Amino acid sequence: MNDWQALDDFLRTDPRDVGCDQAMEMLHVYVELVAAGDPAEQRYPGIAAHLRACGPCGEDFEGLLAAVRGEAD
Amino acid sequence: MPGPGPRLRPVVLPARGDPARDQVARTVCSMATMPVNRMVDETPVTATGLDSESAWWLGALAETGPRREAALRRLHELLMRVARAEVARRGPRVRITGPELDDLACQAAADALMAVTGKLGQFRGESRFTTWACKFAIFEVSAKIGRHFWRHPAVPLDAEDWDRLPDRFGLDPAQEAEWRDLAAALRRAVDDELTPRQREVFVAIVLNGVPLDALVLELGSNRNAIYKVLFDARRKLRSVLVASGYLRDDSPRNS
Repeated sequence: MNDWQALDDFLRTDPRDVGCDQAMEMLHVYVELVAAGDPAEQRYPGIAAHLRACGPCGEDFEGLLAAVRGEAD
Repeated sequence: MPGPGPRLRPVVLPARGDPARDQVARTVCSMATMPVNRMVDETPVTATGLDSESAWWLGALAETGPRREAALRRLHELLMRVARAEVARRGPRVRITGPELDDLACQAAADALMAVTGKLGQFRGESRFTTWACKFAIFEVSAKIGRHFWRHPAVPLDAEDWDRLPDRFGLDPAQEAEWRDLAAALRRAVDDELTPRQREVFVAIVLNGVPLDALVLELGSNRNAIYKVLFDARRKLRSVLVASGYLRDDSPRNS
């Protein structure tokens, strides 16, 4: 791995990436699949691609997943 | 698109013997005699059924009177727990502590409650109702943390400090001879290839470390639009760096 791998990763874009609106529209569905151990990434590859690339949406995903798993109780 | 007129969402009754069944049935009956403008709105429903708890929530929130008030209190308590947990989870990274953190959670829960009750008709039964509702608490926490950034901004929006680039991407100063040309090529591409909007967003987020949600507020835009601008900028910059031989041309990252 070269010294600029992080830069290379940041600049890479995934054509399957659905963007914030679509990902957030389905976030509750995606989170329940993940929480249930179902193959969410296979079912929604465009959302998975987006959550990997978008920091804010990734944060929202982590937060909702924690809530669904009962960490807010 | 909504249909031509208001209609009730189909609510599937819980199984026989389930105490929730009578409750849901009473709710559905009461909704059927409710004035049109009191019904859950007419957004088409794609789900074929609801779990009994979600059906209870929908029924109770569509009513008037003490049952609805009790449901609203219960929902607010849930959203409050989620908002508090979420601000606690994010708090250390965004440097918000103490009473300010709890104020933020209280505002997020209150606004999430408004959002949920205002969008009840958009719930399509694809998840549990509570998961859908909690999503709004998370969104409100995100938005409020974005606003908080501008109360103590670390850098002005129009700053442009390319010296931050190595730190941003973990480029080792000791290895500068290896990445100096790449960094110079990136800067040229930012200057020459990006549109003014792409450049503004790239500089703010990448060089100045402005959180995307905070930039959204400053530019009066929305998360999706700013993400798209940055997405296009990233793709364009990588294309230039690949064409000039600094980066390898290979397939998109898949994992």
